[in-house]
Amino acid sequence: MSTTVESLEREWSRFTPAQRVGRYFTYLIIAAAVVWALRTVEIIPEFLADAPEQMLDLFQRMWPVDWSHYYQTDGMGVHHALVETMHIATLGTILAVIMAVPVGLMAARNVTPFGPANFLAKLILAASRSVNSLVWALLFVAVFGPGPLAGTFAIAFRSIGFVGKLLGEALEEAKSGTIEALQATGAPWLSVLKIGYWPQVRPAFWSIAVFRWDINVRESAVLGLVGAGGIGMVIDTSLNTFRWDRVAMALIAILIVVLAAEILVTFVRKRIL
Amino acid sequence: MANVSSASGPRDLRAAGLSMSWTARIGWLLLVAYVLYATSILDFSFDRFVVGLENAADLIGRMFPPLFSRADLRDLMYRGLMESLQIAVLSSAFGIILSLPVGVLAARNLMPGWVTWPARGLIMLCRSFHPIIVAILFVKGVGFGALAGILALIVASIGFIAKLFAEAIEEISLKQVEAVRASGANFMNVLIFAVLPQVNARFIGFATYQLDSNLRNSTMVGIVGGGGIGGTLLSAFGRFDYDYVCAILIAIIAMIMVGELISQRLRALFL
Repeated sequence: MSTTVESLEREWSRFTPAQRVGRYFTYLIIAAAVVWALRTVEIIPEFLADAPEQMLDLFQRMWPVDWSHYYQTDGMGVHHALVETMHIATLGTILAVIMAVPVGLMAARNVTPFGPANFLAKLILAASRSVNSLVWALLFVAVFGPGPLAGTFAIAFRSIGFVGKLLGEALEEAKSGTIEALQATGAPWLSVLKIGYWPQVRPAFWSIAVFRWDINVRESAVLGLVGAGGIGMVIDTSLNTFRWDRVAMALIAILIVVLAAEILVTFVRKRIL
Repeated sequence: MANVSSASGPRDLRAAGLSMSWTARIGWLLLVAYVLYATSILDFSFDRFVVGLENAADLIGRMFPPLFSRADLRDLMYRGLMESLQIAVLSSAFGIILSLPVGVLAARNLMPGWVTWPARGLIMLCRSFHPIIVAILFVKGVGFGALAGILALIVASIGFIAKLFAEAIEEISLKQVEAVRASGANFMNVLIFAVLPQVNARFIGFATYQLDSNLRNSTMVGIVGGGGIGGTLLSAFGRFDYDYVCAILIAIIAMIMVGELISQRLRALFL
């Protein structure tokens, strides 16, 4: 039984030499990147030394919070902007879903068995995701002028990638049994979609939509900083006039709305899935 | 005949399959009503949309060809991108290191309640605000520049990685923890030999995802003065230099895509 003894005496290791070299190489690259960044980044030491004092000053300026700024009769208060933010997030999500459904259908290889169409759809989805919502907002402010219309389109265009990608993946996971049966009866493609795919992806669809809505509530809160409507406009105005007590009011309002949205979405997703 | 009766013929079944239930119909109606209400509140109109389309055509016309040729602008863009990269690298490094202890402290199966609640509160606070808003506060605190962006993205990283890390720890199998504890190991040994090996792979997944996310956001914190290419982008928008805007956008997208490719490779190497 010499072969067994030999194989027992072999040195066992978890990784192949190539893997090990790859890992060490990666550690080296990470360490080099951090060192490079630390050595070259421009940090002004005076600012850093001043930071605790400035942060204290910030909180002192924020307190007491200007609660009266929540509701202003001229419509410039936090309440009005908060409602606008919610509308931007919701309308943006609806618009995004409407636009993402055809792209998602085109991206799913089992629904659209045509390579170039899949590639085109994936390209649209990647383009939508790689442009930040603030950049979309800047572009749409240039197109529609400042206001919630630009914000809604920014949210919608940013969300297409997310919704379409996840929808396409859900469609690709659909079981082919019902679909083949439907196709065998000669059902038109709309019926195949409606009776074959839709019941299978419906939970995922609603789950994706409300999940994106939750993200969009957070995102739409900052769009106003570049003029695209919502509560970000209030923050921007308050910042420009150094009214930190009003900024604090807006931040508290955002915090409450974001938490409420998250609780709501968790509840809805539990019911759906 | 829309409802399926007890003696449903093929016709009824088809009707039940194709027509919507009443609750679904009401739901869709409410959705349409909401859209009409909200669009009227926000003063959206078809005319504005048409004017917007004209502006969009003009905008796209002015964006192309993208302006890469001027050396001074190219240099400005390069410096902005490098600063964004520095912000992303440093915020990811410190964010990952800091979220390890925060995540462990927030795991309810390892820690008593009086430890997890403050940790979970911290995570919740970090998650609630968009990185750009956090960046505004840090710009006030530490002044304009990369440091504010780095700190803002560290906060965002803790909010994301620590939350998911704590959830991953809560899902581990306790058998290994018991076995290691039975051998007389102290808390740190339990952590290193029983807990971390079980969540290692997922932690790397979260960390590389956050690296991508930080790279994206590092190009944006400049809009509020947090350093990086965002400031250059905003001022190009302000000066209506749309061809330069287009060049910056192409460069940002290219950087993000290369970053994603690298982090995908990293993940493949470690999982």
